[in-house]
Amino acid sequence: MNQHYDIIIIGAGVSGCAIARELSKYDAKILVFEKDEDVCCGTSKANSAIIHAGYDAKPGSLKAKMNIRGNELMTKLAEELDIPFKRIGSLVVCTDEALREGIEELYNRGIANGVPDMKILSCEEVMQMEPNISDDVVCALYAPTAGIICPFRLNIALAECANQNDVEFKFNTPVTKVTQIENGFLIETPEGELYSNAVINAAGCHADEIHNQVSANKLHITPRKGDYMLLDRSCEGFIGHIIFPQPTSMGKGILVTPTVNGNTLIGPTAIDTDNKDEAPLTSEGLEKVVLGSAKNVKNLPLKQVITGFSGLRAHEDGGEFILEEVKDCPGFFDCAGIESPGLTACPAIGEYMAKLVADKLSLSKKQDWNAICHDVIKPFELPEQERDQLIKEHPEYGRVICRCETITEGEILDAIRRTLGARSLDGVKRRTRAGMGRCQGGFCSPRVMEIIGRETGISFEEITKNGGDSKILLGRTKDES
Amino acid sequence: MRADIVIVGGGPAGLAAAIAAAKEAPELSILILERDNELGGILNQCIHNGFGLHTFKEELTGPEYAERFEQQLVGHNIRYLLDTMVLNVASNQVTAVNSNDGVFTVDCGAVILCMGCRERPRGALNIPGLRPAGVFTAGTAQRLVNIEGYIPGKEVVILGSGDIGLIMARRLTLEGAKVKAVCELMPYSGGLKRNIVQCLDDFDIPLLLSHTVIDIKGKERVSSVVIAEVDGSLKPIPGTEQEIKCDTLLLSCGLIPENELSRAADIKIDPATNGPIVNESFETSVQGIFACGNVLHVHDLVDYVSEESSRAGKSAARFVKKNEIETAETKNIRIQKGSGVRYTVPCTVRIANLEDDLIIRFRSTGVFKDSYIDVQFDGEQKIHRRKQIITPGEMEQVILKREELEQCIDEITVSITEG
Repeated sequence: MNQHYDIIIIGAGVSGCAIARELSKYDAKILVFEKDEDVCCGTSKANSAIIHAGYDAKPGSLKAKMNIRGNELMTKLAEELDIPFKRIGSLVVCTDEALREGIEELYNRGIANGVPDMKILSCEEVMQMEPNISDDVVCALYAPTAGIICPFRLNIALAECANQNDVEFKFNTPVTKVTQIENGFLIETPEGELYSNAVINAAGCHADEIHNQVSANKLHITPRKGDYMLLDRSCEGFIGHIIFPQPTSMGKGILVTPTVNGNTLIGPTAIDTDNKDEAPLTSEGLEKVVLGSAKNVKNLPLKQVITGFSGLRAHEDGGEFILEEVKDCPGFFDCAGIESPGLTACPAIGEYMAKLVADKLSLSKKQDWNAICHDVIKPFELPEQERDQLIKEHPEYGRVICRCETITEGEILDAIRRTLGARSLDGVKRRTRAGMGRCQGGFCSPRVMEIIGRETGISFEEITKNGGDSKILLGRTKDES
Repeated sequence: MRADIVIVGGGPAGLAAAIAAAKEAPELSILILERDNELGGILNQCIHNGFGLHTFKEELTGPEYAERFEQQLVGHNIRYLLDTMVLNVASNQVTAVNSNDGVFTVDCGAVILCMGCRERPRGALNIPGLRPAGVFTAGTAQRLVNIEGYIPGKEVVILGSGDIGLIMARRLTLEGAKVKAVCELMPYSGGLKRNIVQCLDDFDIPLLLSHTVIDIKGKERVSSVVIAEVDGSLKPIPGTEQEIKCDTLLLSCGLIPENELSRAADIKIDPATNGPIVNESFETSVQGIFACGNVLHVHDLVDYVSEESSRAGKSAARFVKKNEIETAETKNIRIQKGSGVRYTVPCTVRIANLEDDLIIRFRSTGVFKDSYIDVQFDGEQKIHRRKQIITPGEMEQVILKREELEQCIDEITVSITEG
């Protein structure tokens, strides 16, 4: 592995992959290191999946600028990369007359930040838009440019696009040490070492550790845990917009939102922890999610919960995105402290960071860059004739493997065979939704394992949930051994 | 495509319904649509014995029991399609997909829903902790062991005392795994008494009633779970926590009838069973669509599934032949669940359609000792039967004769009263 790259990116979350895609427009040898087995394994996989309008962040801050620009760029990006994205609009709901001023304050901040088309709605207007809104509603800030997205597809598609434009990816490879040397950097990993002219640190919750190896100006990131609950698609239509409470110093609060796939998502909590790698759900957290969501929305069908999950936000002490070349380490670029609105901001972060790095290395643009990338073909989302033709030509698209989400063998094969394809149950799940439905993989996981084994040659016993030691099986039965 | 009766699902319910319909009306064409690659449904992975004591008066394994029915398909006007997923159901048309025919519709005279049930997954139980590999529903583990030939774990804790969990406690023990405990949230077991004895007691596996799992540890694979005793309101009692080292957590915490197709067809669902509301003919609120087996209500014995499904199949055949089944205009007697009764199947009776007896199946809301099963017609006591023990894990039934029912005008009430 003793090679030389122009740019090393550490971390294959949405930020790292968005930067990788932007930099793939240039003539440069680029490698992305990821400690986990796949893209989208950290903060990017467990969040609210919201494209924020941009009224939250302080005017003039990087968070505000990146939010607004990211929101603007998202429509085109979603088209180019075939990402499910819907601008359904958000409502920040005020349920206490005494706090009405807060809504006006948010509105003014939104105006200062450049959020288009916002409106403060009366109680009646809100009730008309959302019949299940709390009876206590006083008024709400409506922002039509807010939207919902598939965070998995966003991250995966950014990586696929970067990869098809010659960016290399190395999974299961944590960067253990970065050292500045003459004319560049020495990067050490358990797999060996290599050299690079520039390093981009997009290591999420671990970005401070990487940064602090090369700089005297220390960063400190606190993993801020958030618990969520996901309701079955049978609740589709229960709510039509993203419903936020009024924000606090800990964040935007517990929201209720539809997802692009018709589920309803509630959460998150916000609890500072000291564990960057594990985010356990807690019963207190789930209780808070239930109580918090009930403040703004009534009659939530909580019996329809199909799963709970927890994510970590990378909160830097300064509370601001850090997007810059490190002053005492030229050639080393931080993309750190990317908490909310990081998902929204990622296209803007990619654009901004790529420009910094390209200018630094005086990179020139490629002639043949390809912006387009296609999602896994979903037969049941195609027009009838196309669907029938597809199944005729590829019968595997007529074999349903995941019953709950109606996912076919064809889709699973595509997820495995495509560029940077899935190698684990979770990898297949994030690319196809197989196992994401109401039975949570109870029926389909053994079948998906068979398909992974058949396609990749990984033995049945070695197949994992999400890489590492997360094996599903621990041996053969007495009859078979 | 065209068939007189389409049966959605080729498990025990679908097979019994098909055969009964064919026997009732040999001239009708019957089509079974099965999503798996073989008939028999969940019976195929139930390799333990104990099936068929009522139906065949002998003890069979699951696959043997299924085979008895599959053999009866031969010689009847019954076709089946495997690897075929039904996408949409209406009373006279079913849409499905498979790799040979693509998406296709079947025009039909009646539909029988036999989709069975699914297991309640971890997410729906809100169990705190990490999300490592090694958490399975008992049925998934059963498939991995009995069909695929692999063991999911070596040191196992089971949450929930449903029958599949109990069966898997024994199965994994026989495979050399150590089952450290079965925790049950409720103060009583959710499974059959005979399974507690044969699957736990015989292997010295402790059943911890009023216990639940409050934490799952292990980043990649389960490394331990924390259990705790719960109080009367099912909340964990501080100080009773106990960490158990294990690599696997199995869940056997309830089965949910799979009624997504039914809901999409606007069929009325009973919130107590999560299955369709049916009448004496097992007809749902949508005329021409019938339901039986675990999609209707979760059964403890497959024999009851077969018996019930035979009646549903017969009714569907009579419906298609017309005039042999009275439709909604006839007098409907309501069956009410009284105290101590969680649900009844059926919910209404049209006496004109009864050939002989009416079987009302029901489950209790809790454990009752030395109590009585009461049946009232329009408020007047008809049955007062003593029963030593009634538990939610075992289905109960009362049988009413047709001539008795003639006396009833509006309402039958089934209840359980303390002695």
